[in-house]
Amino acid sequence: MAEAAAGGEPIHRELGLTDEEHDRIVAALGREPNRAELAMYAAMWSEHCSYKSSRVHLRELPTEGPHVLVGPGEDSGVVDLGEGLACAFKMESHSHPSAIEPYQGAATGVGGIVRDVLSMGARPVALLDPLRFGPLEDPRNRWLFEGVVAGIGGYGNCIGVPTVAGEVRFDPAHGPNPTVNAMCIGLLPADRVLRSGGGRLGDLLVLIGARTGRDGIGGVSVLASRTLGRAGRDDRPSVQIADPFAEKLLIEACLELADRGLLAGLQDLGGAGLTCAVSETAAAAGAGAELDLEAVPLREDGMEPFEILTSESQERMLAVVRPEDLAATREVCERWGLISAVVGRLTDDGALRARDAGRVVAEVAARSLTDDAPLYRRAMAVPAGLVEVQADDPTFLSPTVAPGDALLRLLAAPNVASKRWVWERYDSIVQGNTAAGPGGDAAVIRLEGSLRAIALTTDGNGRYGRLDPYLGGAHSVAEAARNVACVGARPLAVTNCLNFGSPERPEVMWAFRETIRGMGDACRALGTPVTGGNVSFYNEAEGSSIPPTPIVGMLGLLVDHRLRLGSALRPGMAVYLLGETFAELGGSEYAETILGAVSGRPPGLDLEREAGLVALVVEAADRDLLAGAHDCSDGGLAVALAEAAIAGDCGFAVSLPGDLPSHVALFSESASRAVVWLDPSAVPALEDLARRQGVPIERIGESGGPRMVFGEEIDAAVVEAAAVYEDAIPGLLGRSAGEPMVRSTG
Amino acid sequence: MSGPRVAVITFPGSLDDRDALRAVRLMGGTPVLVWHRDRDLGGADAVILPGGFSYGDHLRAGAIARFAPVMAAVAEHAERGGPVLGICNGFQILCEAGLLPGALTRNVGLAFVCRRIHVRCETSATVFTSTIAAGEVLPVPVKHGEGRFVADPETLARIEGEGRVVFRYCSPAGHLGGEWNPNGSTNHIAGIANDRGNVVGMMPHPEHAVDPDVGPTGGQPMFESLLQAVPAGV
Repeated sequence: MAEAAAGGEPIHRELGLTDEEHDRIVAALGREPNRAELAMYAAMWSEHCSYKSSRVHLRELPTEGPHVLVGPGEDSGVVDLGEGLACAFKMESHSHPSAIEPYQGAATGVGGIVRDVLSMGARPVALLDPLRFGPLEDPRNRWLFEGVVAGIGGYGNCIGVPTVAGEVRFDPAHGPNPTVNAMCIGLLPADRVLRSGGGRLGDLLVLIGARTGRDGIGGVSVLASRTLGRAGRDDRPSVQIADPFAEKLLIEACLELADRGLLAGLQDLGGAGLTCAVSETAAAAGAGAELDLEAVPLREDGMEPFEILTSESQERMLAVVRPEDLAATREVCERWGLISAVVGRLTDDGALRARDAGRVVAEVAARSLTDDAPLYRRAMAVPAGLVEVQADDPTFLSPTVAPGDALLRLLAAPNVASKRWVWERYDSIVQGNTAAGPGGDAAVIRLEGSLRAIALTTDGNGRYGRLDPYLGGAHSVAEAARNVACVGARPLAVTNCLNFGSPERPEVMWAFRETIRGMGDACRALGTPVTGGNVSFYNEAEGSSIPPTPIVGMLGLLVDHRLRLGSALRPGMAVYLLGETFAELGGSEYAETILGAVSGRPPGLDLEREAGLVALVVEAADRDLLAGAHDCSDGGLAVALAEAAIAGDCGFAVSLPGDLPSHVALFSESASRAVVWLDPSAVPALEDLARRQGVPIERIGESGGPRMVFGEEIDAAVVEAAAVYEDAIPGLLGRSAGEPMVRSTG
Repeated sequence: MSGPRVAVITFPGSLDDRDALRAVRLMGGTPVLVWHRDRDLGGADAVILPGGFSYGDHLRAGAIARFAPVMAAVAEHAERGGPVLGICNGFQILCEAGLLPGALTRNVGLAFVCRRIHVRCETSATVFTSTIAAGEVLPVPVKHGEGRFVADPETLARIEGEGRVVFRYCSPAGHLGGEWNPNGSTNHIAGIANDRGNVVGMMPHPEHAVDPDVGPTGGQPMFESLLQAVPAGV
């Protein structure tokens, strides 16, 4: 029988393992595991590390493409950008720690994703942060929101990586379960990608960076792979503490090691700490590993072997180094003021063996930790009541609010309103390559020494996911592609973070499968493979689960950054609507904010049309036909044009397209649409291009003047719209200049 | 490259050091990398202390960097009348090192702020503003959490009286007012000089304002002033 803890509960259950999983470990070892081995399995077989509930579905995503150098399975995906340059990028969740300690949870989330990119040998060049909270009227939600934003800024600003984009949305279901995702993008020479399988027999395992402490023990198995208890205060010791200064030194030291060719491999220490880094290094190299726990620099005395093996102390990296390169490696670390220690070596017997004071304290097959993890095909069921909610279409409710008032209310709605309060707290310009920072459709980062640039965005709409998870998944990809196209970039590849409730509930698992199906279809249609990502389950607390919240991070490529498009309207332009508007208010911002209805179906999505729109905008940008573009999403055509007007401090006069009721034409969120504006001289070329691409195109009006005029329906001053748009979030926080509850950085 | 040699010092935690080196190169100077443990400035004609969080802002922003071995060389260089520019964290270090008076404290609002702002040049009598007319408005970005300049009343009166305020935060048209001041700085001060005008500290980032592809261009005239002044043997 399994060993019991003092409370009577078997230890494996306290560590988050089921009885069946315990039996599986006994079968793999041929004996009972000891305390340290059990902790290693518990961490590695956690949902967070093993993807045991999601793997069977994730296989459905397209992962291959001509530019993909490294697909899922490594720390980050890597895409070839041409001209000898590659891009590593990945997104990950840190929602559970952030719900308990928002500043440290968010800060360590940034640190972790940066190390994922660093471990490929890439210099981190940009961060993006998609966030979801409950309504800001609630003081606890404000505390979480301000803490998370302060944590992201406190970390990103100190390591010199610009935070260039992200999104913030609000939904009551995210109150007890905020969603905090972080995406990092790095650049590296295409021929110098570090892979985890680069080690060979006799190579040394060198631990670089911070000392190992007791912080974060059980982070992945207890915190990230279970439903949080009330308020989660007891879990606070499982949240790690961030030290961005150490991370900055780690970045510079690791990149110098990579540049000098001193590394056979590099792994970050994140979830499951040393156990995960060493077992993955050994398994990928087809080797075993010997670890000497006495050699691990510790922050405190008396740490147990299981604590050293699974600690999630931050700002540590594991380098795989040939013995002849050790002296040079340690010299680089010393120069950057970092501790380095040889903690083990690769062996040929396939075992991961840890010694403490010469005594073997754990011995398991390295592959067993990664490859023998259970794989679950969990039950799936359509949520009760979903069909009825879908049938309740708000499109045909009579509008009770005049269109002009509705537009101003939408511009002040937290999902739509300006997020300047957030992004002015982030350094978005350090490194000097931010051609377009936060506030537009996508950020644009110039590639140094080249005319080319990358475009970056994150997207996800929880309302769509709740009403139809297939469409929620597909729309997240389509909107991301549209955003990237609207700065003039061709969509290249995708990372994702799939945020869901408990996989043990069949309706969650059904929604997860549907989301993957939608995302996969959209990625195939748009030619953007998924190069990696993260699944975050168990986002449930206090009896409430988040809606299906798939978030897509998309990478695009611009051939010439001078041809990038902005979303600030300019006077004297012809204004066009590309795409077609249908009577689709289901799941829209208008339906929620004005009609009080989160019901119906999300807008339909014809992926061929979407691909056509993306191709049209990218080609028109390449041929320098457009002066600017903005995608139509939340709040439809009216909000898209108003945002462009506010950004450019320039009005417009347009007529409403089609013969739809005016509020539908204004606020429908039909997909595959964008507004573009151009010099009248370029009109024939654009119309000709649209006709050849088969994209519906309609000249709806002209830009200029101080007012926004939509036919007979709306006539509002741009300055008035700008005021409600900019003041909404600071107003909800009860301050205008901003006085955040900044917590100690520790 | 044959332009004047401008050293940029990298401390542990410096973040805008590469950006400063790039700006020097773009503006026609010869960038020289100097490491915080170095004891000389590599024969540089001028030196920039870049932005960032040297030593993680531990203790106090700039408080540890002032003890770095290279700082003795910086002090000597300043003493000889050589140009020294401290940007953001570099300004904080110059104040901590006693090369400039006053101190930089937490922003009013207690939050980090990254924003494109405007500054008004107040004097042409520094090596970094010799080609800029007093009253000229320059668009530049700020990004800091501790940029509110403070000084005791005597010191402040002296700085103001001697015309050593180099830049003030202002509106795009050059007007002063609280809404244009991003951190609550005393007298809207964004940058100051020593009494000889060869040492300047400023919170805004001129090195992020030289390339129109990625930002405003208000930093260009500062680098032009410096590069013109140096061969003249300042």
